[in-house]
Amino acid sequence: MSYVDDAFYEKLLAAFADWQRPELELTDLAIREQCRALLEREARLLDQGRYPDWLALYAPECVVWVPAAAAPGDPRREVSVFFDDRPRLEDRIFRLGTGAAWSQVPPSRTVRLVSNVEPFRTDERTVLMVRSNFLLSEFRAGESRVLSGWCGHRLRRRQVGWEIEAKQINLLERDQPLRNPSVLF
Amino acid sequence: MNISTFSDLSLDWDALVREDRVHRSLYTDPRIFELEMTRVFGAVWVYLAHESQVPKNDDFVTARLGLRPIIVVRDSQGELRALFNRCTHRGARVCRAERGAARTFQCPYHGWTYFNSGRLRGVPWPEGYACDFKDGSFNLAQVPRVESYRGFIFGTMNPDAPALSDYLGGAKKPIDEWLDRNPGSRVLVCEANRLKFRGNWKLAYDNAADGYHVVFSHRSLLETENRHAADPSKGMSFYIGKPDEAPMYVQSFGRGHHFKDKRPNVARRPGALWEMEGVQPGMQRYEALIRSRLGDRAARALDLAASEPVNINIFPNLSILGNHIQVFQPVSVEETDSLWYATAIVDEADELAGMADAVNAIRMRTQESFPNFGEVDDAANFEEIQKGLAACEDEWVYMHRGLGVPGRVQTLPDGSLKAPATDEIFMREHMKEWKRLMSARPNLVVKR
Repeated sequence: MSYVDDAFYEKLLAAFADWQRPELELTDLAIREQCRALLEREARLLDQGRYPDWLALYAPECVVWVPAAAAPGDPRREVSVFFDDRPRLEDRIFRLGTGAAWSQVPPSRTVRLVSNVEPFRTDERTVLMVRSNFLLSEFRAGESRVLSGWCGHRLRRRQVGWEIEAKQINLLERDQPLRNPSVLF
Repeated sequence: MNISTFSDLSLDWDALVREDRVHRSLYTDPRIFELEMTRVFGAVWVYLAHESQVPKNDDFVTARLGLRPIIVVRDSQGELRALFNRCTHRGARVCRAERGAARTFQCPYHGWTYFNSGRLRGVPWPEGYACDFKDGSFNLAQVPRVESYRGFIFGTMNPDAPALSDYLGGAKKPIDEWLDRNPGSRVLVCEANRLKFRGNWKLAYDNAADGYHVVFSHRSLLETENRHAADPSKGMSFYIGKPDEAPMYVQSFGRGHHFKDKRPNVARRPGALWEMEGVQPGMQRYEALIRSRLGDRAARALDLAASEPVNINIFPNLSILGNHIQVFQPVSVEETDSLWYATAIVDEADELAGMADAVNAIRMRTQESFPNFGEVDDAANFEEIQKGLAACEDEWVYMHRGLGVPGRVQTLPDGSLKAPATDEIFMREHMKEWKRLMSARPNLVVKR
C-alpha cells in the first residue's frame, strides 16, 4: 500500500530545499564515517544485485527519486526519470527478476564509486542529510559507459545505525535523452 | 539462390520497399537517412512543439525539424514561428537555451541580433559592410509554414504540402477525443521522460501501433503489473490470449498515420479505466481523497489519472499515447531520441471541484510507469534489430502479418483501413507513404 500523499510530498520537498547550508555542515568525523560506510554498503549491494538486502537499508516509508528536470520542481506536477515509493521499488526489483526485462537481459555489470560524502544537520536531531558524488561504470551487451551525478540521502538514526528515508539522484544528464536507464540508481 | 546486394538495388525505391517487406538498408544506410531529412522530414508536416510550451508572447522552446535546429517561438506580436536556430552570418546557433522568453536573439559569436520574428535587428559596426541589411536577405531563415491543430504545432518546408488539417485527415477524430476527455478539452505539456536508443527512427515508428510485440517485448511489465492480481486484468493484459479476437483494432488513415484503439476493451462506464491501472505511487491515498470530495463524480476524475488506451501516430514523428505526447527525433541513421512528454490536466472551470491537483499527482506517476517498465525493453529490442541488421546478406525486414489473409482488413466508409490488433497493415501503409515521399523531389523553401 502506497503511503504517498500530499503530506508526504510536502515533507519531501521541504527536506530537499536549501539543505546544503554552511552552518549545517557536520564535521564530526565519526558521523561522517558512518555515513560513508552506509553509502558504500549501498553501492556494493546494488553492484552485487542484492536488491532485497539493498532495500532493507531503507525506511518502510521511503522514496527513491531521480528527477528529470534540470531544476527539480514539485513531483506532483512533473514527471521524474523515476519516483519510486517502496511498492514501486519492489515492483522494479520483481521486474528485473522476471527474466523478461529485456533492457537487463543480459544484466548490466556495474561498479559505483561514491565520494565527497558530506553530512548536514537538519531541524530534527536524529535526521541527517548527506551529499555525495557518484560515478557509475556500467558494462552491458558489449559496451561500457559511465553515468555520474550527485545524491542527496535523508537518513534517520535508528537503534542500530541509520535508515534511508529518501534518496534523490541527480544525474548530470537528467534533462537529456538517456540510453537504457534500467539499472537501479 | 540469387542474393541481390544493395548496390544492385541502388536507390530503387520499388525494389527496396515491397508489399510485404522492406530492405534492411532503410534502417542502416546513411545515404537513405540523409535523403529522408529532406524528402520525408522536409516534405510533410512535422510535429515541433505544443502551444502550452509557449503560452505567452516571446516564449520559446527549441526543437528539431529532422536535423534542422529550430526555435519555436510565439513572437512579440503573438505569431507562432519556427526559426532556424542558425545565424545567417556564419551559421552558429543563436539560441543555446532549451526554453525561455526572449524578444531578441543575439548570436554569441559576432553579435548579430535578431528580433524573435526572425528579422535582423542589427549587426556590429555596419559601416564595414557594403550590403543593405534592411532588404531582408539576412533575416533568420524560418520554416515557411507553421500551423497548429488544437495546440499541436507542426511545420513544413514544403509550400506544396496540403493544409495541416487535411494532412491529419482522419487522425483528427482520435486526437479530438483524446483532448476532449480532459477538463476544458485541453492538456498542459510538462516535463518529459527522455530516452534514446541506438537504432533507426523508423524502428520506433514501426512499433507505434504494433499489437504483435506486446505480450513478448512487454512480458516483464505485464507480469509486474499483475503480480498482486488474481487474474491478469491490469494495464495491457487484454493482449494476453487471443488479442485478435478482442474488440480493440488498428486503423490506418493514409499519409502514414495510424491509430491503435484499445478503448473498446474497456467497459463503457466511469471508473473502468482506473480499475485497470497498475499500482502507482500515491494512488490509494489520492483515490481516497478524490472519492471523499467528489462522491459519485470521483470515477471520471480517477479515469483522468489513468492511462488512456490509445496510440495515435502522426507520420513521421509524433505518437499520442496514454497521456503522453511522444516525439521521435532522428539523430543519425542509427540513433534516435524518443521523448515522452507528460501532460497534466488544467481545470480552469473547476469541473473537478478542486481535485485537479490530486489527479495530476497520480497522473505524473502513471506516466512514469511505461517509460520505465515498458519502453526500455522495446528500446533494447530496437537496438538488437539494429545489431541484427548488420547481417547484410539477409536483406529483408518483414511486415506481412495479415497480408493475404481473407477477411482481415476492412475498408471503412471514410477510406481508412481497419484490422485486428496484431496486424502489420499499419507498417505496410506507412512504408507505402515513405516510398511515395522518397520517390518524389519536393521543392523545399525557407522564408526570411
